Amino acid sequence: MRRPTRDTAQSQRKITRRGLILGGAQAGFVGLLALRMRHLQVEQADQYRLLADENRINIRLIPPARGRIFDRNGLVVAENIPSYRITMVREEAGDIDEVIARLARLIELDEAELESALEDLKELRGDTPVTIADRVSWEAISRVAVNTPSLPGVTPEVGLSRHYPLAADYAHIVGYVGPVSDRDLERIDAPDALLLIPRFQIGKIGLESRREDLLRGYAGTKRVEVNAAGRVMRELDRREGQAGADVQISVDNKLQTYVSARLEGESAAAVVIDCDSGDLLACASAPSFDPNLFVRGISVADYNALLENQYRPLPNKAVQGIYPPGSTFKMITALAALEDGQIDVNETVYCPGHLEVSNRRFHCWKRAGHGNVNLHRSLRESCDVFYYELALRTGIEKISAMAKRLGLGVPHELPMTSVAAGLAPTKDWKLASKGEEWVIGDSVNSAIGQGFVLASPLQLAIMTARLATGRAVSPRLVKSVDGVDQPTGHGEPLGLNENNLREVRKAMFAVSNNRRGTGYGSRIIADAFRMAGKTGTSQVRNITAAERARGVTRNADLPWNRRDHALFVDFAPFDNPKVAVAVVVEHGGGGSRAAAPIARDITLQALYGEDPPLDAYPAKDRARIRDLQERLRRRRPGSGTDGSDRA
Amino acid sequence: MSYLEYTVKTTPTGPRKVLFFNWGLIVLLTAVACVGFLMLYSVAGGSFSPWAEPQMKRFALGLGVMFFVGLVPIWFWRNMSVVAYLASILLLLAVEVVGIEGKGAQRWIDLGFMRLQPSELMKITLVMLLAAYYDRLPMARTSRPLWVLIPVLLILLPVVLVLRQPDLGTSILLLCTGSLVMFLAGVHWSYFAAVIATGIGTVTAVFQSRGTDWQMLANYQYKRIDTFLDPSSDPLGAGYHITQSKIALGSGGWTGRGFMQGTQSRLNFLPEKHTDFIFTTLAEEFGFLGAFSLLCLYVLIIVFSISTALSNKDRFSSLLILGVAVTFFLFFAVNMSMVMGLAPVVGVPLPLVSYGGSAMLILMLGFGFVQSAHIHKPR
Repeated sequence: MRRPTRDTAQSQRKITRRGLILGGAQAGFVGLLALRMRHLQVEQADQYRLLADENRINIRLIPPARGRIFDRNGLVVAENIPSYRITMVREEAGDIDEVIARLARLIELDEAELESALEDLKELRGDTPVTIADRVSWEAISRVAVNTPSLPGVTPEVGLSRHYPLAADYAHIVGYVGPVSDRDLERIDAPDALLLIPRFQIGKIGLESRREDLLRGYAGTKRVEVNAAGRVMRELDRREGQAGADVQISVDNKLQTYVSARLEGESAAAVVIDCDSGDLLACASAPSFDPNLFVRGISVADYNALLENQYRPLPNKAVQGIYPPGSTFKMITALAALEDGQIDVNETVYCPGHLEVSNRRFHCWKRAGHGNVNLHRSLRESCDVFYYELALRTGIEKISAMAKRLGLGVPHELPMTSVAAGLAPTKDWKLASKGEEWVIGDSVNSAIGQGFVLASPLQLAIMTARLATGRAVSPRLVKSVDGVDQPTGHGEPLGLNENNLREVRKAMFAVSNNRRGTGYGSRIIADAFRMAGKTGTSQVRNITAAERARGVTRNADLPWNRRDHALFVDFAPFDNPKVAVAVVVEHGGGGSRAAAPIARDITLQALYGEDPPLDAYPAKDRARIRDLQERLRRRRPGSGTDGSDRA
Repeated sequence: MSYLEYTVKTTPTGPRKVLFFNWGLIVLLTAVACVGFLMLYSVAGGSFSPWAEPQMKRFALGLGVMFFVGLVPIWFWRNMSVVAYLASILLLLAVEVVGIEGKGAQRWIDLGFMRLQPSELMKITLVMLLAAYYDRLPMARTSRPLWVLIPVLLILLPVVLVLRQPDLGTSILLLCTGSLVMFLAGVHWSYFAAVIATGIGTVTAVFQSRGTDWQMLANYQYKRIDTFLDPSSDPLGAGYHITQSKIALGSGGWTGRGFMQGTQSRLNFLPEKHTDFIFTTLAEEFGFLGAFSLLCLYVLIIVFSISTALSNKDRFSSLLILGVAVTFFLFFAVNMSMVMGLAPVVGVPLPLVSYGGSAMLILMLGFGFVQSAHIHKPR
């Protein structure tokens, strides 16, 4: 087909015209693009450069290393160990299930941990790193590191985690750390930015919690370049923070491990105080638990086991357990009466085995009675009637005041959790808290440390130290911070009549060293280290008149939690007191039988600084003691070490 | 002038044809492709894999296709237009059946060695068919309603098919390309005025339909338009692309941050940094000078094409060359507008620079036609 030339020429003109129009339009649009380019890249360049930097530069906190904790000889009690964990970022991982399946072929993954991680992966923002496996071994982390190309979004990370090498022995003193919880954050007014770091560990109980201020340190900062997924590409600069202070505690590890071992099998607590400085040389509550479990995040099963244990491993019985002090309170009643002039040291009171007070009969533990007793004998043989009489003469207010002077019923400042104030009751206290008038029977009960009187083992040890020294010895747990010694608890003189104190001490000496003393069975025979003590047996149930008529049920025949608490306090050496000891065995029965041997062993251990020679013990006990020492040595693997672990 | 007027004497034959290629155009295309290799090398962090090397191979293949198509006489291609158009329509229909889901849209047919996007192919075959149509249509009938309706239907058929995939960007490009070829062919301007008026009406309708049960677009398409209108409304979600892209462009400044020094692309803030958003990397690393230079290269390609077209007396050839130039122009104009925040984010690659097989091969095919028309033009 051939078209006329005219048509061709016409169409050619048209196309040329339209082509040029279009070309012009295109040129116009290109001009617009160029202007836009100029606008963005030249006029607003600075603004966008800033935005680009904001994009890529992140300021990150550098968590400080937590301060370490040492015993008084420099042995590590709490340290930071490298902890390896594996994190995953959803956005980078792509197919999560596939990546996790590959990971599971390389290392073992904990089912429960994985489940909660998967939940987090689903719920949290796609660029948040989620921990898939915590506390993995070095081998596992290297295997992951080698295989990262096939594991998109998976990062092996290194951090520091708290570790307690001595595990259960310090659980109650030092406590433990754990990840910051929402409750922790609510509690704190202006939270340190550090606390917002996921899994940042803070002290939860004990020294770790109470001296968080010293141990935490200050965060450093670093500026890092991150990619769009938030992964750090390189570090631009950093400002170092300050590591937490190293804290040395007053506890002597050798003694502490011995005490823990000695209490094993009982629900008990023991406190050893240095009479000069007030240092807590040992402070144990049995049974204990492994604080490392809590650092890791304790399993429900383990936690329930701890909660359901009737011996209650979790609370620190040494400072937060409060018990009726029983006969260990008698020194206070005696001193109150002596100081008030209500009784003379030689004055005797007749004990028929009971005392009638306002139509109520108060019994002495010895049904047949002690006959005529003076102060010395009343303490030595722990006559109750004598103290009933003193209570009637002296009155509760003076007894309560004396108790507070000696450290009972008042709070002591110690960096431990729930340090109990105990109770030294007064008339006002009863009216205020119970809405009832004080009756004379209350005074009678209080005089022998029953009724309302409550004291912790710590307070009993303080009381004993104050009796032994005549000074207001106060307890000290933190010995030094970053090498700077902290003030001691040496204490000012109590202002008590020295003669009265001497009488009481002599009587306590007789408790342990007189053939008729209630603690004679658990005496020390090494001359240089003789001790002065006092037994205590505190009732946890009321003995009815009917039961008394039948004959009081023996402790061994009662269910465990209805038996009496056994208590013993002592100081030694008698002539030059170095240590004061208090032992409480919950539902242990009689103080002389259950608590005194433990207290004696602990005292000797504290005085010798190691296992004492057998000739410090009474001859007939030696065979038994040797066996016990053998057994306890095996239980304490670390007992051979001294301060050589010093960091 | 029809092919009957070509004579063996005036048309180069055999190996001599090589001398008659528009070599300036080839040099320009290669220059643009080299910019692409450089940027792909850069976004891969200084590596030829995974993008630069396959891209080079594809460009080599594309050059081969262009030479081959260029050596075949233009009248052969004109006679093939209807077949090519029908084949493209069939492929588009095939995508409906066996297409591979990619980014929420059915777009590809997997051919084994590459993934073919029939909608890309359609851009060229539609131009071919329209050029052939107007070549045959006597000038006098060009603006008659019936003869206007036929090309309109020929355009709308693939547009509707592509829209169903759904691929809004490509369907709009097809519509624009087709209309512009009609405009070039000389259809009376009043039709275009009417269409533009209708278009504005349609856009209004599309927005009005939103949220009702006769909603005309997919939600993600609405969202993209929203984000375009106000990217800051969702800086981490849908607006992320545009925001990050503008930051990358802007932070380049006059001279850029240096080759392989762009933090936005290096640190993965840029989405699709090797495909649709590769221009941002160029702009970030080479600044305004680099970006403007690329724009100039593109403009030169368009200028060369238009001059080639206007110097050709064959109606089919002129229209085809202009159509290819328009397609090429729309590619880079839409892509650049998109990354600079002037247009919604629709999946349009930067021609010859973005990583991707289909678009590059189709463009090289188009330039093959340009070369063929140039070699075999009536002299």
